[in-house]
Amino acid sequence: MSASTETRVPEAAKRTTAGWSQSLHDWVTTVDHKRLGILYIAAGFFFLVIGGVEAILMRAQLAVPANTLLEPQEFNRLFTMHGTTMVFLVGMPIITGFGNYLIPLMIGARDMAFPRLNAWGFWMFLLGGIVLYMSYFASMGLYGAGTAPDVGWFAYAPLAGKAFSRGNATDYWILGILISGFGSVSGAINMVTTTLTMRCPGMKMNRLPLFVWMMLVVSFLILLALPVLTGAQVMLLFDRFMGAHFFDTQAGGDAVLWQHFFWFFGHPEVYILMIPGFAYASEIIPVFSRKVIFGYSFMVAATIAIGLVAVGVWAHHMFTVGLGKGLSVWFAVMTMIVGIPTGIKLFNWIATLYGGKILLRTPMLFCIGFIGQFLVAGLSGILLSGAPLNWQLSDSYFVVAHFHYVLIGGLVFTIFGACYYWFPKMTGRMLSERLGRWHFWLFFVGFHLTFTTMHVQGVLGMPRRIYTYPAERGWEVWNAISSSGAILQALGVAVFLFALVQAFRRPQWAGPDPWNAWTLEWSTSSPPPAYNFLTIPEVRSRRPLWDLKHPDDPDWEHE
Amino acid sequence: MSSSRHRERRFGKRARPQARARASRAFLGLLAGQGVAQADAGGGTPSLFLPVAEPAQSILDYGTLLVLICAVIFVVVMGLLALTVVRFRASAVDDGEEPPQIYGSDQLELAWTVVPVLIVIVLGLITAGRIVALQKDTPPAGSLAVRVVGHQWWWELEYPDHGFVTANELHLPLGQVAFLELESEDVIHSFWLPQLSGKLDVIPNRTNTMWIEPQKTGMFVGQCAEYCGTQHANMLLRVFVHAPEDFERWVRDQQQEARRVAAHAEGRALFATTACVNCHTVRGLSEIGSFGPDLTHLMSRTTLAAGAAVNDEARLVDWLTDPDHIKPGARMPAMKLSDAQIARLAGYLSSLE
Repeated sequence: MSASTETRVPEAAKRTTAGWSQSLHDWVTTVDHKRLGILYIAAGFFFLVIGGVEAILMRAQLAVPANTLLEPQEFNRLFTMHGTTMVFLVGMPIITGFGNYLIPLMIGARDMAFPRLNAWGFWMFLLGGIVLYMSYFASMGLYGAGTAPDVGWFAYAPLAGKAFSRGNATDYWILGILISGFGSVSGAINMVTTTLTMRCPGMKMNRLPLFVWMMLVVSFLILLALPVLTGAQVMLLFDRFMGAHFFDTQAGGDAVLWQHFFWFFGHPEVYILMIPGFAYASEIIPVFSRKVIFGYSFMVAATIAIGLVAVGVWAHHMFTVGLGKGLSVWFAVMTMIVGIPTGIKLFNWIATLYGGKILLRTPMLFCIGFIGQFLVAGLSGILLSGAPLNWQLSDSYFVVAHFHYVLIGGLVFTIFGACYYWFPKMTGRMLSERLGRWHFWLFFVGFHLTFTTMHVQGVLGMPRRIYTYPAERGWEVWNAISSSGAILQALGVAVFLFALVQAFRRPQWAGPDPWNAWTLEWSTSSPPPAYNFLTIPEVRSRRPLWDLKHPDDPDWEHE
Repeated sequence: MSSSRHRERRFGKRARPQARARASRAFLGLLAGQGVAQADAGGGTPSLFLPVAEPAQSILDYGTLLVLICAVIFVVVMGLLALTVVRFRASAVDDGEEPPQIYGSDQLELAWTVVPVLIVIVLGLITAGRIVALQKDTPPAGSLAVRVVGHQWWWELEYPDHGFVTANELHLPLGQVAFLELESEDVIHSFWLPQLSGKLDVIPNRTNTMWIEPQKTGMFVGQCAEYCGTQHANMLLRVFVHAPEDFERWVRDQQQEARRVAAHAEGRALFATTACVNCHTVRGLSEIGSFGPDLTHLMSRTTLAAGAAVNDEARLVDWLTDPDHIKPGARMPAMKLSDAQIARLAGYLSSLE
């Protein structure tokens, strides 16, 4: 598989002669799923940089004990904004962006089912992000208390109530997330409808690329989980402005109720963010192993199983609230059950690798890193699901390590893999393989320096969300290592951004199918025309391009 | 935190060499249970690998079993992954041939479904057993009752059977089960002493209960584990485990009313006539204040402001002058007293042994 032997400048890439304002107008008014997908991803990376800067400030503060770089409230705002940003303004738009871009192309459609709703969703998401960050400028409020919210990304009651969170910062948090939630929900409606109704001839459900299957499950989870968060946030607004007392403990409200509502959203949200990572890996790993995915139907079944179990495990975030024996046992065992379908996936990926011709190109490096890191994340998840051990580890740095292994080691690694893999399709240009390797190794080493060590801080008794810690707790060395890793991760991301710039300054044209891949998006030009396909394709198997390339041994004879 | 930390220690310049020296000592494990002279000295690492009480010991035993099982899974799967990637890496020379396409295997799928199911059944049964064994809903016979009330950002500790209240430093007798009732005055906190017990949230409008059976004397540290606002980081906890006769002596001392020292009569009068008494109780002087910590035996405690500073007269002066200097955002207001008044007040407070 040669990366790029193309010398022709693709047609679509030539159409850049339009003026600056015309081009801006085209992007702002677009209803094209591909442009909206790119807008989602670009906005996600914009917020990733902001969230990353927030993380680096926190790691600078914690690099040494008793540091006074940041005031306590500054630190508390940073971790609130970092968590909120990374979940709602980075994870959500990027997964929605890839879904938007790829689902119609993969199922042989010309656009999403509701193009205007699609555009509305994106702009609502962006508005939500802007509202959240407006808090830094606009939330001084009546009492002069505030600027950015400092209640933590899960805004526990009653800390987020009017009595303990004065000013309007928390209201910006509520409204920002609430508005961006409209984007996620409309995107999910769109993806479900598109997948169910707009498949090309021959694209039966059991021939859908795994990416599309997994995004379908994700979309259902979004539809189930996000409205619960929105509802709870509206209740919190009622508490704060209309004299309601749902979560107001001073008037008999219930603090634990908020936790149930929040985590009924919050745990499915983990899978909403993680399953897209599985989706990218399930497309990339077969192509770079030169083998068909092992156990397609078991992968689909495992994804659905994860989606089902995902809605029955939320209170494992609450083992320390005093659930009582019955609920503790239920949620511990339900959580352990999640390990079964995720284990099936891990084994199927490894079985796909087994016997293949493994090409360690940049997308594949990120995916193999992902498999190993996701294994660790899963196992630390098993440890946390053991309620008695959770009484020790919950709310400690061990948990911080665990969920960063899931969301960075799992999701962000696969997102980077997906960027290297699909960037040629989106732009017609390759990303530099050399820079890609630098990016991978810097980010990989930095990630492990920062987050592998955090398991240690956790078992040494360091709670999360503390802006300072006394010396002589035995935490100093580990925190110093964690902080140093953050620098390498930042460098890795900088190399990636540089590679993006370089792809435009010194283009290396990709051609329609640079990876010799098998799904429909590679059958059209790179970037695809606005209408995607000149003629709607017709497929007979899960790998239509394999069938084309191997007419002697097509897939449909084996499925 | 030193009183001069604001300017000199910006960007942690001065903290670094000390930090390094301390870190190496901590590494050697020399600090466990030693030294109580300084706020930021002693107590050592609150590692959950160094349990000194039940249920921390049982939790560690259970956790070790879990870790071992997970370690075996890790080695097997990571080994498979590594071997596969090394063994099947494409050779540098591409022959253009695709490898054999293998679409799946029902037997293999069955195997890697059934084995995890069995592991989950075993883990689930063990976990259920441990959950039931380690939670006690009612106080065991002969246990010591302690009521813990979380405040922003300090701990109120009441010994209802002995009739006194203290703060931030929990004293327990060796070998006797302590049964703790956890309540909150404001937001959610979490009570965590890693070497003695797992954590349990301290939730307004609820009473949670936990138990501790200390098995070793000494001083051990912990802190609030649920984010509770600005000074969550400085809501530290200390527990002193005494031999039973030492504990009895400590209880008798705490039960006394506050000392009256003639030399501090002026400071005492100042305390009684300013806003101090609105928040703080000193038994024998004024018992109306309940918003701040009980100061009856203030000097029997090693730290100020829930562990933010060493408890001595110099720090008391600093604290009374500007609480934000020691603990930015603390609920204690600066009382705007003159230096002379503060000196008298600090003198009186430091007589409250």
